[in-house]
Amino acid sequence: MTDNTIIEITGLYKVFGKSPQKVMPLVREGVPKDEILNRTGHTLGLKDINLKICRGEIFVIMGLSGSGKSTLIRHFNRLIDPTEGQIKVEDTDIMKLGLADLRQFRRKKMSMVFQHFGLLPHYTVMDNVAFGLKTQGVDKKSRNEKARQWLQTVGLGEYGDQYPSQLSGGQQQRVGLARALCTDADILLMDEAFSALDPLIRSEMQDQLIALQEKLHKTIIFITHDLDEALRLGDRIAILRDGELVQVGEPKDILLEPADDYVEAFVRDVNRARALTVDTVMKPPSCRIAADLISDAIRQMKQSKSDYAFCVNEKGYQGSISRESLEKLLEKQGDGALDASVINAGLVLSPNAIIEEVIPDTLESEFPLPVVNEKGELEGEISRRHIASILSVSHHEPEASNEETNEPPPQTDIPAEGA
Amino acid sequence: MAEKSWLTDVPHLDRETLLSIRQTLDEAYRGFSRAYGDTIESWFDPLLSFLVWFEKLLLATPWWLIILILAGISHFAARSWKLTISVVISFLLIGYFGMWEDTMRTLSIITVCTLLAISLGIPIGIAMARSDRVQMIFTPILDIMQTMPAFVYLIPVVMLLGIGKIPGVIAVVIYAIPPVIRLTNLGIRLVDREVLEAADAYGVTPTQRLFNVQLPLAMPNIMAGVNQTIMMALAMVVIASMIGVKGLGQPVLKSITNQYFTLGLFNGLAIVALAIVFDRVSQAYARRSQQHIGSRQ
Repeated sequence: MTDNTIIEITGLYKVFGKSPQKVMPLVREGVPKDEILNRTGHTLGLKDINLKICRGEIFVIMGLSGSGKSTLIRHFNRLIDPTEGQIKVEDTDIMKLGLADLRQFRRKKMSMVFQHFGLLPHYTVMDNVAFGLKTQGVDKKSRNEKARQWLQTVGLGEYGDQYPSQLSGGQQQRVGLARALCTDADILLMDEAFSALDPLIRSEMQDQLIALQEKLHKTIIFITHDLDEALRLGDRIAILRDGELVQVGEPKDILLEPADDYVEAFVRDVNRARALTVDTVMKPPSCRIAADLISDAIRQMKQSKSDYAFCVNEKGYQGSISRESLEKLLEKQGDGALDASVINAGLVLSPNAIIEEVIPDTLESEFPLPVVNEKGELEGEISRRHIASILSVSHHEPEASNEETNEPPPQTDIPAEGA
Repeated sequence: MAEKSWLTDVPHLDRETLLSIRQTLDEAYRGFSRAYGDTIESWFDPLLSFLVWFEKLLLATPWWLIILILAGISHFAARSWKLTISVVISFLLIGYFGMWEDTMRTLSIITVCTLLAISLGIPIGIAMARSDRVQMIFTPILDIMQTMPAFVYLIPVVMLLGIGKIPGVIAVVIYAIPPVIRLTNLGIRLVDREVLEAADAYGVTPTQRLFNVQLPLAMPNIMAGVNQTIMMALAMVVIASMIGVKGLGQPVLKSITNQYFTLGLFNGLAIVALAIVFDRVSQAYARRSQQHIGSRQ
């Protein structure tokens, strides 16, 4: 186990039914889920799950309903016990914990947020948030003090004396979140936490979670059936299908290199413009020149057969130039210094920007736009053709997409989904 | 056809065997009650003295104080002036028609029976909710308690303890306890699974889970059970009067045997009035104390 791994799951199987052990040989033989159900009446919930989750990351487990994602998350704090397999949290094998130790583990190490909030309707909002501490036996004054702070943090400072039924769905889930944070557990389990909320509130909650995570650096395991949500929140994403892990990777891996047809079908409907950032799709700059004279620059561009170029010097990125304008300049005035009066400092894109934000700029520019990082270094370029092909990649085989960019499509209209 | 065949006749024990079975069982039970009746009766002495004390207390308290207390209780429970005034008027009418003492006796035995039924029934209900096996054992027993005619189980109780208050209380409790047991069990089993999961995820002990989550959330059902238990106890008052329980039941019994229609009607109406008061007050209290739970279920 490396230092950074906080949770490690190895060889996890879960079979639901009367005598799961008897069915295990069939499962190991690789008999399909449906056949096991028909032959033995047992449901295969999870099959050979191996996962490592790193400290401080948002790890999203994604799958359709029935894929076993809710079953899987309940193994982390043993709300469900596995049929077979090992679950290690910070080097403790939690399968070996006794009842009392398990309670301590649940109180201190992990807290959970539920899809339908799971709030106690007979407790006030304040008492709900303080519930974890009350369970631990913390006295009323200090637990309320802490609960008040967390309520403030999630923006419900005024609602402490209300009851959950008086709150809207989004507010209730904020209470759920505050309750989870109030115990100071390192690991946060979120079971479809935002799925029951309407889209606007959901995206608000996602923003809030991201903002909180920047401050708190918890390890968050987030379950969802919504790929957009997974891509937005996840540092890494695991895709679960019929109880098996299909692919684990960073969002761009999932989007651009889906492991199989199942993942690809998922990915097809995703709004790539919103899910991908510039640095995941940019290409290396095709022509980067460092020249002092206009004629020098033209010569370098001719060499690399390029109509445009990005100028860099020791201070970093300076701006872009086109061959045509330089040649005109050379004709009119003769050779001269390649300085700020010639170079078009123009637009630069940030590598962290999402594609959707840069679409208008890219479309207006005839030449590819430079991608420049915070230090002023040129990292790559993005052209409108390239963006068009990324956004329309779902119509082609993913492997073909790279070739596509070299052979520009005949039309450069904006794909509908990018508008 | 002289020869009887199993085709025409239900296979049955012969008369002598049946008789001897009945006699043996009766004899055995009689022997048991002769041998242990007094001992068992003495177990109930504390209950009996409490019953007597409570009845005396109600009878000795001035009528206006009782009405004041009852009005106070109903107002505290329901916060409704309409209900409080109805309670006062019903009890004034009961007193006006000369049924005050009987009503107090009935009130005392109903109160004791209800308290007894609740304090036995809720723990049994909890045990049933916790274990399917306990539920499997208790469900048929509850079925028997609810369907067996009350007179049938009055017989062994009377044989064992004679007639009087204690057998009356036992009969009433047996008759009235099933709803509170059943609904406690049901209420706990119906508690939202996600809320329970949430509690477990935060590491509650079984006791914390029971008292902080399960019982409060099962309360609407438990209160419905308590309410039904009170109603059934009141309904049992007339039958209990047959084994010497004093109260509103006895005049009813008297009017049955002597065909005094009006006497029966008055006392019957007094029972109805008690029932309505108990029902409205306990329901209003339940509603008021669970308004936050209600809107989620």
